[in-house]
Amino acid sequence: MIQALVFYMFAAIAVASSVMVISARNPVHAVLFLILTFFNAAGLFLLTGAEFLAMVLVVVYVGAVAVLFLFVVMLLDINYLRLREGFLQYLPTGGLIGVILLAELSLVYGSWKFADGAPLSVSSRTPDLTAVSNTDAIGRLLYTDYIYLFQSAGLILLVAMIGSILLTLRKRPGVRKQNIGKQNARNKASSIEIRKVPSGGGI
Amino acid sequence: MFVIGLAHYLTLAAIIFTLGVFGIFLNRKNVIIIMMSIELMLLAVNINFVAFSHFLNDMVGQIFTMFVLTVAAAEAAIGLAIVVVFFRNRGTIEVEEINQMKG
Repeated sequence: MIQALVFYMFAAIAVASSVMVISARNPVHAVLFLILTFFNAAGLFLLTGAEFLAMVLVVVYVGAVAVLFLFVVMLLDINYLRLREGFLQYLPTGGLIGVILLAELSLVYGSWKFADGAPLSVSSRTPDLTAVSNTDAIGRLLYTDYIYLFQSAGLILLVAMIGSILLTLRKRPGVRKQNIGKQNARNKASSIEIRKVPSGGGI
Repeated sequence: MFVIGLAHYLTLAAIIFTLGVFGIFLNRKNVIIIMMSIELMLLAVNINFVAFSHFLNDMVGQIFTMFVLTVAAAEAAIGLAIVVVFFRNRGTIEVEEINQMKG
């Protein structure tokens, strides 16, 4: 009973804030509603017993991805009102496609039931939560059976990091920076010159 | 109604996924909102994975959700970097004007 109430609360807020994400006038508000959606999804994950994923969702999505969006939205000096032109023009097409997609998905889900053998053929059964915690169970699986996938996920993150740094790095002209190598390479001969000045003549 | 089953989670994920698709059509010009819609769709997929993992007692769904999260984070970082570079070069992020990727 209480579980159902909590589910409906999280689900309702998640859906309402997703609606606000796509319809908010100000992109900053859209990002903040996206954060609210992620928080509610984390609550739903908690409800299904995926505690570790709930926390990862909060840390990674809210703490990194959504804040990245916020930075970019605030960093770029864009006239967002001009970008909203044609909002109503696309409404019928988008609505039609949305309705079709939702109808198809509900047709699939409405008659969904597991095949007879499905519960028997799970590859790694969830251990009893009183014996092994969720984080422990994920770690035991991730570092053994899925270690290669885990490593390649790390590689993907590394490539993404290098790529985004390389994309946004730029050399700005006219900025004075310290060049330590150049400083250390200076010696007396290259920096001091002794000139013979004729008396009374100036340089 | 008061017993939350798999169908509840699947319906919620379907609604959020549809909202994500709808958002792409609605904000055809603003590439940042389009990327947020993609994040919404990925979130819906994650909800599906976790719900199936819970109701089938299978741990692999949660493992896969972690990989989806990784790829989503990488995609957001690269995408936003491209948006920033594009804005620096062209001074706009209108999707209709993005027709070439060379600097």
